[in-house]
Amino acid sequence: MADFVSSAFVWIPKMYRYDPIDQKIVDERVAQFRDQTRRFLAGTLSEDDFRPLRLQNGLYVQKHAPMLRVAIPYGLLSSRQLRMLAHIARKYDRGYGHFTTRQNIQFNWPTLASVPDILADLATVEMHAIQTSGNCIRNVTSDQFAGVAHDEVVDPRPYAELIRQWSTLHPEFAYLPRKFKIAVSAAAEDRAGTWFHDIGIQIYKSASGEPLLRILVGGGLGRTPILGHELHPGLPLPHLFSYLDATLRVYNRFGRRDNMYKARIKILVKELGVEKFRAEVEAEFAFLKDGPSTLPAAEFERVANHFIDPEYRTLPGVSRKFEQHLIDDRAFSRWVSRSVSGHKRAGYAAVTLSLKTTGSAPGDATDTQLDGVADLADRYSFGEVRVAHEQNLILADVEKDQLYALWQEAKAIGLATPNIGLLTDIIACPGGDFCSLANAKSIPIAQAIQRRVEEKLGDLDYLFDIGDISINISGCMNACGHHHVGHIGILGVDKHGAEFYQVTIGGSQGNDAALGKVIGPSFAQDEMADVIETLIGTYVNLRHEDEQFIDTVHRVGIEPFKAAVYPNGRTQEAKEPADV
Amino acid sequence: MSNHASTLVRLSKSGASVSQEEWSVLTLAQFAEGSLDTHCAAPQKRLLPLTVWLEERDALIADATHPIGVWLDSHEDPAAIAEDLPSLAVVGVNFPSFKDGRGYSTAYLLRQRYGYTGELRALGDVQRDQLFYMKRVGFDAFQLKAGASIEDALTAFNDFTVSYQGSIDQPLPYYRQRLLQRAAGGAE
Repeated sequence: MADFVSSAFVWIPKMYRYDPIDQKIVDERVAQFRDQTRRFLAGTLSEDDFRPLRLQNGLYVQKHAPMLRVAIPYGLLSSRQLRMLAHIARKYDRGYGHFTTRQNIQFNWPTLASVPDILADLATVEMHAIQTSGNCIRNVTSDQFAGVAHDEVVDPRPYAELIRQWSTLHPEFAYLPRKFKIAVSAAAEDRAGTWFHDIGIQIYKSASGEPLLRILVGGGLGRTPILGHELHPGLPLPHLFSYLDATLRVYNRFGRRDNMYKARIKILVKELGVEKFRAEVEAEFAFLKDGPSTLPAAEFERVANHFIDPEYRTLPGVSRKFEQHLIDDRAFSRWVSRSVSGHKRAGYAAVTLSLKTTGSAPGDATDTQLDGVADLADRYSFGEVRVAHEQNLILADVEKDQLYALWQEAKAIGLATPNIGLLTDIIACPGGDFCSLANAKSIPIAQAIQRRVEEKLGDLDYLFDIGDISINISGCMNACGHHHVGHIGILGVDKHGAEFYQVTIGGSQGNDAALGKVIGPSFAQDEMADVIETLIGTYVNLRHEDEQFIDTVHRVGIEPFKAAVYPNGRTQEAKEPADV
Repeated sequence: MSNHASTLVRLSKSGASVSQEEWSVLTLAQFAEGSLDTHCAAPQKRLLPLTVWLEERDALIADATHPIGVWLDSHEDPAAIAEDLPSLAVVGVNFPSFKDGRGYSTAYLLRQRYGYTGELRALGDVQRDQLFYMKRVGFDAFQLKAGASIEDALTAFNDFTVSYQGSIDQPLPYYRQRLLQRAAGGAE
């Protein structure tokens, strides 16, 4: 339902809206953090004692300045919230924000003293930075096409919102051995990476139509990349919180705390074996099952009612206007072929706006662009925006008739690069330019590859001809750039104080999730564009008709790629650091 | 673990208050080096390490002329004292560092699983900003880290006035409270 606020037309999106209790919790969190910051600045709270507190509010201290990571639960935003992010970028930062691979946004330049004010501003639009960092349950992620995807079994957003509430300020699990990430998927194609999370939840329906939760545990990227294990094949929804409590309690009590690199739940699951781990969880769950944390149907309904469909119009499946534009305007049809995806409703489409324009850092958006996307959302997509973990933005409910007009407007603000899923749609963490954990820079690698594609490979035809491929770049083995699951993965490593890059190929996300294989010794920064060009050239030479990069890798293995990249037997050299 | 004559913050139905610490927290090392005897005649209130308690429990229970306390370190299993809880006046849980969160689960289990109703005391690196969560999982006494501001600590329990999840202080998650309120008060 639309309403009118100071004469401007503003949608009230169909997403979870805070009630007074939700608002109170966030407001009290702001007050708490304001007081903690005051005590830190006054010197009565030590640096060491403040660190975990600020991290649990998303505040890092980075190379140049503090970095504030703001939660975007399961990647869903209203236009109003997006305008607030633009305001924060302008007022407290240097006019831009960075969308992350966990559907959040980071600001790189706020001052520490201003953070309580930023959090207060966020609270006015039902946002926060709670548990976006630290050794606690992190912001829950999900499918960027939730609610509109045609392959969806149920809408995962109510489940994700319920998990958000359950995990928010959970008193028992704020000081876990290590961070803890949960992802939810409820479609035939897993777009949430559930196999690579501490807990992945796949929702499906039983024969009788009851939603069941397949619980995966112990997946993850990072230093020890591993696919999760099935912990429960089909948990009935009412037991969700009791089962999560049981799992987290086993982890909190028995997860390793002696070595931070072995502290994730995946190590506990690996050391115990999944059967033993499951037995521990089941023993704990037996005490909790059917207890007070059981989720009543009425509560699920309350939350689910926030996510009802917007007021879709009844439209024909085929839009003549749209079809005509496809024929008349090649640039438009190219953009459509990459950026527009299917929708459960006839006459509608979901549009991905690219944040991967050559020359800008992957995932970065300026305040003008953020405001611009908010306007587009209001005019074309019921005032709602999603963040994809591939670091792009999505307008999920656009009428096909309107796609041409939307494209022109998106182009005007630099968000219509027709490269979604192509070579230049690179996933990259902030890397050594910003992050104090990084071993090497990520952004210049992404930019060098993008520039090489533009200069050498020239026209768009070539980019389109190369087809679907993902390049994922992480500046260190914490793997924020998800390098293990890129078709080509690039990992920054430190070699005697110099920045080098290790390359993997054959990784993939989704239902056929797989980890890439290292092709050999690492490369210097200025070699990377050549290496990528060689890998792509090798694929082009070897491919069968209609074969995508990843298919060719699966068919021929990594050897031909290795041979092309290391023509002089450089593979013999032992140049890598021992721990990579 | 420090064993200074610290102040103790106690929570009761009437709120948080400060009281003088009457108990000595004894470490395993103190017993190991022989400076302490389990059957020490001094009628002081002593919080014993788990190992000492497990070795001497029958004698100590038989000999109970004064209240007994036991403390668990962060890695120790509360199941080890589940049977003994009716004999204990105080149970302590040590936080070697406030970042070691095992004690929250230990407290929850002592209260919920093993039904402990006596005083449950947080020991070690206990600071103002962890008190709210500690209260939620069942602690009702807090031996603050040396140097902590008592005034600050007394306000910490009110950081939040509502929570989503059920725990020990409020077993019902907020959604159950809301459903009960609705049932009692009619429709919203």
